[in-house]
Amino acid sequence: MAQPGSTTITEGEGRKHPDGTTRRDFLYLSAGAFAGTGAVLTGWAFIHSMNPAADVLALASTEVNLAPIAVGQAITVTWRGKPVFVRHRTAEEIAKAKEDDKAALPDPQPDARRVQKPEWLVLVGVCTHLGCVPLGQKPSDAKGDFGGWFCPCHGSHYDTSGRIRRGPAPANLAVPSYAFTNDTTIRIG
Amino acid sequence: MAKYDYVPSPFMANSIVKWVDHRLPIFTLIDEQLVKYPAPRNLNYLWNFGSLAGIMLVVMILSGIFLAMNYNPSTAGAFDSVERIMRDVNYGWLIRYIHMNGASMFFIVVYIHILRGLYYGSYKYPREILWWLGIVIFLLMMATAFMGYVLPWGQMSFWGATVITNLFSAFPIVGEHIVLWLWGGFSVDNPTLNRFFALHYLMPFVIAGVVLLHLWALHVHGSNNPLGIDAKGPQDKIPFHPYYTVKDAFGLAVFFIIFAYFVFFSPYTLGHPDNWIEANPLVTPPHIVPEWYFLPFYAVLRAVPDKLGGVLLMFGSIAILFLLPWLDTSRVRSARFRPAYRVFFWLFVICCLALGWAGAMPAEGVPLLVGQVATVWYFLHFLVFLPLLGWFERPLPLPASIAEPVLGGGKAGMVAATKPMEKA
Ligand code: HEM
Ligand code: FES
Repeated sequence: MAQPGSTTITEGEGRKHPDGTTRRDFLYLSAGAFAGTGAVLTGWAFIHSMNPAADVLALASTEVNLAPIAVGQAITVTWRGKPVFVRHRTAEEIAKAKEDDKAALPDPQPDARRVQKPEWLVLVGVCTHLGCVPLGQKPSDAKGDFGGWFCPCHGSHYDTSGRIRRGPAPANLAVPSYAFTNDTTIRIG
Repeated sequence: MAKYDYVPSPFMANSIVKWVDHRLPIFTLIDEQLVKYPAPRNLNYLWNFGSLAGIMLVVMILSGIFLAMNYNPSTAGAFDSVERIMRDVNYGWLIRYIHMNGASMFFIVVYIHILRGLYYGSYKYPREILWWLGIVIFLLMMATAFMGYVLPWGQMSFWGATVITNLFSAFPIVGEHIVLWLWGGFSVDNPTLNRFFALHYLMPFVIAGVVLLHLWALHVHGSNNPLGIDAKGPQDKIPFHPYYTVKDAFGLAVFFIIFAYFVFFSPYTLGHPDNWIEANPLVTPPHIVPEWYFLPFYAVLRAVPDKLGGVLLMFGSIAILFLLPWLDTSRVRSARFRPAYRVFFWLFVICCLALGWAGAMPAEGVPLLVGQVATVWYFLHFLVFLPLLGWFERPLPLPASIAEPVLGGGKAGMVAATKPMEKA
């Protein structure tokens, strides 16, 4: 402590304000805040570098020709490295999906909100539980208890609208954003 | 570091040693911490597993570096480059078998090492931070092994990575963003494989750093011992060299025979054949299982039908280990003097084995039920049984010192009836 009347100034104290703070306190705080902000912002650059890169984002759309898909058939295409299910639904499947709008759904959503044209069901073929690809695309596949898809990993059952009906998955199979570019072509993404 | 009556070894008188030591006291460090270092005189073979784990870390780093020289971390090239290591690279098969089976051996060793700590109460005062550092090493090992298993880019690599990274999507709001960030894309893909390789290379060195802290903490108060009582003086200790260097070396030789058996005669017993099929993002194998060392945790994950619940429980099953020093309310360390805890310890071991079995089975019917019962037991063990045992259990009389049962014919030492553990 500087003695009253003496000229010695202890290191780190500087001239004191009446309330005990010094100019050096201000310098410490502002330098600390400056360096801290800089560190956080630089840190963000590194963290963000791990997010999807521009080229990955740029590859984010896929065109699908629907013409060759017969009624009752389903195909799997790749979009953003994930399978997308495109199913040409039969009249019974559509009727069943509509009827099930009234069933007890874990993730309620009417069939009409999941399709643009009732005969074409387009879904991201990734189980909403932990990301396996559900079975049900091939005629020989198990389709689960609700006639749609069955995920073998932990036993999730999806219906003919791709809605979760039973099992650990919390949500319906996602509907990707897609648009009909003409009557027989869609662009996903 | 613990101070003891340190008498330098003869080699410390060598003039070159002296010259170096005056500038960098590395010989003093070796002499104090490895040669003259006093260790309890009664350590049994379960105390070998720490040094075995350290040696396995070295084995993994060496074999890994040589694998990395021929490995191609891209989705187009990874699988083929591993095939090339197996078929064309000179002794590539040997290096890969060492690395693959080495991971399994590493986990066996560490699991025994952890169970040793549980049995003898090594996590109790004054070794809580030592225990924490051990759990940190365990977590880092799990992350390393998980990312390593992705590298050969087989079906199990890909789908294991998909399922495990998707665990994070269970967290509300941030979950999806975390998963995208982990992947660096919209699915497990080239950017994911690249970063996993970079991290798989890095993490073992981080582990090595934490191991040094672990040893530092260990050497402050020294090793626990099968009796769980503190050393009372020099008569309770012997120098590390030659007594424990020889014991460790002998154990290592036995261990390497077992390791070599797997490497040379049974390299696939501990792995899954689906990993010989190249990754296919469009086809999930019918039954995804992680490597055996993750099975108990996988069983906990699947024990609850709720996604977030399963994830929290799984992380919780490890997080709870951090609290163990306070959940165990008994002041006696070693299970040798805790008749009731001894029973619960073995029940806990059975519980973990049951979880491992359930984790390997499809999650339905009997295995699912076993997994659920064992999960409940696992948490009861830590949250209910351990706290209560400390109150209700009557420990056996502790010996007065480590040396007494060894040197004094035993009986005299047993007189110091139920004296609470000394907190030196
Ligand atoms: C804590 C130590 C380590 C553990 C537990 C570990 C674990 C693993 C595992 C389980 C695999 C998959 C083996 C397979 O199925 O083929 C693997 C692969 C690999 N590891 Fe490691 N590793 C460790 C250290 C390292 C280090 C330090 C490096 C490099 C410097 C490395 C480089 C590799 C490479 C290149 C592969 C891919 C080749 C292959 O699959 O055989 N590892 N690691
Ligand atoms: S990933 Fe489909 S049920 Fe778990």
